[in-house]
Amino acid sequence: MIDQPLLPGLDEESAPFFEYAARGELRVQACADCGVRRMPPRPRCERCGSFEHRWDAMSGLGTVWSFVVPHPPLLPAYSEQAPYNVVLVELEDDPTIRLVGNVVAGADDRLDSIDPHSIAIGMPVEVVFPRPVSDDEGAVVLPRWTPA
Amino acid sequence: MKDQTAVAGIGTTDFAKSLDDSERVLALKALKAALDDAGIRPGEVDGLSCYSMEATEEIDIARNMGFGDLTYFGKVPYGGGAGCGVVGQAAMAVATGQCNVAVAWRSRKRGSRSSRPWAGVSSRVQGDQQRWSRPWGLLRPVDEIAMLTRRHMHRYGTTRDHLANVALAFRRHANNNPAAVMGDREMTRDDYMAARWVSEPLCLFDNCLETDGSCAVVVTSTERARDLRQPPALLHSWAQSLPAQHQTMTNFFCDDPLRGPAWACAEKLWSLSDVGPADVDVAQLYDAFSPLVPLSLEGYGFCERGEGGHFTDDGGIELGGRLPTNTSGGGMSEAYLHGFNLIVEAVRQVRGTSTNQVEGAEFSLCTSGEGVPTGALLFRRDR
Repeated sequence: MIDQPLLPGLDEESAPFFEYAARGELRVQACADCGVRRMPPRPRCERCGSFEHRWDAMSGLGTVWSFVVPHPPLLPAYSEQAPYNVVLVELEDDPTIRLVGNVVAGADDRLDSIDPHSIAIGMPVEVVFPRPVSDDEGAVVLPRWTPA
Repeated sequence: MKDQTAVAGIGTTDFAKSLDDSERVLALKALKAALDDAGIRPGEVDGLSCYSMEATEEIDIARNMGFGDLTYFGKVPYGGGAGCGVVGQAAMAVATGQCNVAVAWRSRKRGSRSSRPWAGVSSRVQGDQQRWSRPWGLLRPVDEIAMLTRRHMHRYGTTRDHLANVALAFRRHANNNPAAVMGDREMTRDDYMAARWVSEPLCLFDNCLETDGSCAVVVTSTERARDLRQPPALLHSWAQSLPAQHQTMTNFFCDDPLRGPAWACAEKLWSLSDVGPADVDVAQLYDAFSPLVPLSLEGYGFCERGEGGHFTDDGGIELGGRLPTNTSGGGMSEAYLHGFNLIVEAVRQVRGTSTNQVEGAEFSLCTSGEGVPTGALLFRRDR
């Protein structure tokens, strides 16, 4: 069993999200022709069929749509921080876009740095960008959230 | 296809936390039991259908069983979403003349910790289903469903007591079923409320069992089935659905995450049927996690949207209630074999041989996993 935190495997569609995050930007993929935003990023617009896309900058504000509090048994890197919170954040700029994340006290704080029971659906949150997490394949910045 | 095909034989192995037999041997034993039950020789089998996640190989099963020349074989993906589609596709192959006797099975050994799906993960998470959730610690299927559950509670007032109704109903049903892994273990509401958390708002007893075991069914034409040993369970209607915008398990990114695959499946199922939800006498609803039951009650039209939790009140899903559900104990108290034991129980109900028999059951529904591309079977007692 692996003992480091999990990182996203990056492909052509997903890599830009994390490249922007590494620059401190929260951006969401949108169709370059009809403008519909989509999550997860993917090659083709399901509305107009276009293969062209762009990355729209978001304000980084959102609200908690739902959340869970995982308890062990979990992978070791997560188990030692449990119970922690995982939230689904609905973006203020575009409520059709939701992102999985964690609410933390500060960008680089532990997953259990805030009491998970202080979280509520509808709670306003703001994106933060922690230091990159690295493995053999490189470094990734995973956007997280703080109470707004 | 309405009523043209039937399940003519069912077979199961023991269900237990740990069995000595391999998955292959368990599959062969369940298949033999199902063929014996029907009174069909293995050499007559010319079709088979299985889950894409089934580890036993079709050619290996066919050789070991002594099947004849197979002219139909197929697989259905998405784990617990597959079961009803597996049987439905076997029946479709019979109905269209691609084969005459088809078998379907599911064999699993999940008691061992090393077999858990998240035990062998690598540090880089691939695929859109998990890349956008697992790195943040949403690691297990239970976490993914807990996210939807919390929202359902917030939106519709569903409570832990409703989830306890589900867990308790299925445990009580299991207590009458000697084959159930939890057959001799009783549960109270206090036990439920005191259980350890797994992923809040879901606790230990909101989860299915990790089980070893195998189940199989034999499908043939209704005409043929009427000449065999057992009363045929007519396949009155069946459906599959992979709805628009759906993403397996993490259905968080679509317009309406709480409107799961059950809704599209139900629409097709009822459109192909002579009856509707009010005519269903007994149901086996996929229960990898307790909240899938209220979600399925809503999706298949047994209640209004948001009322799935309330439907479980006052014994609503227990024997004698509005819709007796998971009468063998289901995945939460009989065995968790990706829902195949639910199919076997749905057949027993129209045969009249369940250990929790619903008196005079004519229409018996079985569903596969809600939250993933799914399927459903509606069986009918032969007249």
